[in-house]
Amino acid sequence: MSSVATAGPPKKTALDYLEKIWTNFWLRTLVKKVFIVWIVVTLTFFIIRALPGNPVEIMVMSLMDSGLSSEEAYARAASLLRIDLDAPLSAQYLDYMRNLLHGDLGDSYVLALNKPVATLIAQRLPWTLFSVGTSLLISFVIGMFLGTLAAYRRNSFLDHFLTNFSAAIESIPNTLTAIILVLLLGVTWKLVPLNFMRGSLSPGIKPGFTATFLVDLFRHYAVPGTVYVFSTLGGWMLAMRSSTISTLGDDYVTVARARGLPDMRIITAYVGRNASLPLITSLAISLGFVVGGSILIEYIFVYQGIGLLLSQAIGKRDYPVMQGILLVTTITVILSTALADLLYGWLDPRIRISGGGGE
Amino acid sequence: MTAMETTSTSRPSRESGLLRTLKLLARNKIGLLGLIIIILMTLMSFVGPLVIPPETQAHTEQIYKPPSAAHPLGTDFQGREMWKMAIHGGRDVLIVAFLAGILTTLVAVTVGAVSAFFGGWVDSLMMGITDIWLTIPRFLLLVVVATLVRLENIWMLALFLAFFGWPGLARQIRSQVLSLKKREYVEAAQLLDLGAPHIIFREMLPNMMSYIVIAMINAMTSAIYSQTGLVFLGVVPFGNNWGVMFSLAYAKNAIYNPNAAASLLVPMGAIILFQISLVMLSRSLEEIFNPRLRTGV
Repeated sequence: MSSVATAGPPKKTALDYLEKIWTNFWLRTLVKKVFIVWIVVTLTFFIIRALPGNPVEIMVMSLMDSGLSSEEAYARAASLLRIDLDAPLSAQYLDYMRNLLHGDLGDSYVLALNKPVATLIAQRLPWTLFSVGTSLLISFVIGMFLGTLAAYRRNSFLDHFLTNFSAAIESIPNTLTAIILVLLLGVTWKLVPLNFMRGSLSPGIKPGFTATFLVDLFRHYAVPGTVYVFSTLGGWMLAMRSSTISTLGDDYVTVARARGLPDMRIITAYVGRNASLPLITSLAISLGFVVGGSILIEYIFVYQGIGLLLSQAIGKRDYPVMQGILLVTTITVILSTALADLLYGWLDPRIRISGGGGE
Repeated sequence: MTAMETTSTSRPSRESGLLRTLKLLARNKIGLLGLIIIILMTLMSFVGPLVIPPETQAHTEQIYKPPSAAHPLGTDFQGREMWKMAIHGGRDVLIVAFLAGILTTLVAVTVGAVSAFFGGWVDSLMMGITDIWLTIPRFLLLVVVATLVRLENIWMLALFLAFFGWPGLARQIRSQVLSLKKREYVEAAQLLDLGAPHIIFREMLPNMMSYIVIAMINAMTSAIYSQTGLVFLGVVPFGNNWGVMFSLAYAKNAIYNPNAAASLLVPMGAIILFQISLVMLSRSLEEIFNPRLRTGV
């Protein structure tokens, strides 16, 4: 559906350059990503300040509770949020954006007094990225395998079992999965000691490339990791199954069969590669959902990730921290979608060449 | 450019369509079971509270009793009968799920249909917004917003869930409308200049009804999913419902007390059973309405 430019004398205008930027795949992707980050920043800024029950007022109140006078409390709130509370909203916004460009997310004011939000997040983010990222990859691989299996054994008992099972586990809230696992593994069957279900490391263990650290890391990761895998597996399986089924009907697969290529080669190189293409973009998007869902899992397992930090910040109404986490999570998601776009362009040259092509 | 699909486009009246669906569903055991469980649980949640008085008082002499003849589903941390609590706890969950399902579908259908029907810059703009909304970690945003706006009543909660839940569905509806746009009867209606609202609502949507119903059931499932999480985090405090029941039991460490397991498992079981029934129904409907799934390619 691309509109063809009207015929006329070729004069380079600003619009032409804009069009050129727009048709460049990578540049367009970059502009889009930056735009999304900006939208999220702006949205959270105004949501936090413009909604009823003004959090800045609440913050000032709680500071006054701790013994500060009204003026002192206002000054403290302003310095913590890095904004001038007396300035109009637009000036506050510009101020905030300027700080943000310098990587300054403000200071926490309840959770860890006067500690920069950026530092707090930097401590916690690796844990979430590790646990969520590893689990996503595991469930992606298992889901692709089971999905392909179900697609090939179409309408068999295995297929019906797998699809119904996937659809069912996909609908069970991950909170409930986590509680059930703790109940079964930790309390009823006593398979996993309960202290491996609390925290992300045993006390006294220092991060490093030592055997004790890695073993302890895995022990604490096992159960929450299982929950992540369990709650995302069904989606991958169903998506891979339908994607494989539609690929199986394509002409080139029939041709490959007619050429007498070995089955394994058709499954991997012909069907598998093409069928998994659409899933790779959703892998990136789902990272956002799982990081979002991590707030519940980390809360249950006291896993020291960004989700736990957010639930603590919510409990204490620590707005700078909440704002910072939302921003960092969004950036994480956007970076991963960018990665997916890169990967997609590399795996499927068609979308790179046809710049502004329609769908 | 007309596709050679001159199958009978006679639209059956709504009653007979519904009746036919039920007949087809009656032959599909899984779907029928799902529907029956949904109806039973809905009846239990809406009629039950009228018959059975609520448990308002704590009974300190029977705290955390495991299921027995005297206490069919055990008692909770205040000694209240779990079966009575469960009956009274369903209404809010179901209302929120149903409302959020309808609202999500409404927004998604409007966005998707308008976007696909008009095309051009309208399409680019609306799908751009949808894509952005799809990328934002919405559950986190929902949690943050829920702490700021006090979601005191179930209507507000449903509205919020819909506001955060529409984009994925909007994309699906858009591609459906795009494919319907090529059909002969739609092209005919366009030639007759019947106007966009008429074509979208009178010609296209009735032909997508089955798809929309399935989408609505799925939207209900995800509404219950998010709702459970929000309640568990304690950002939507209201009344007694399954979510609040299991969250409270969890907060009281019922998980480590073998006698208290019932107070945790009963509300969780209710949520899971309802979710799975919804999935069973929606998957069976999909099988019924999409014969390609049934007979194979």
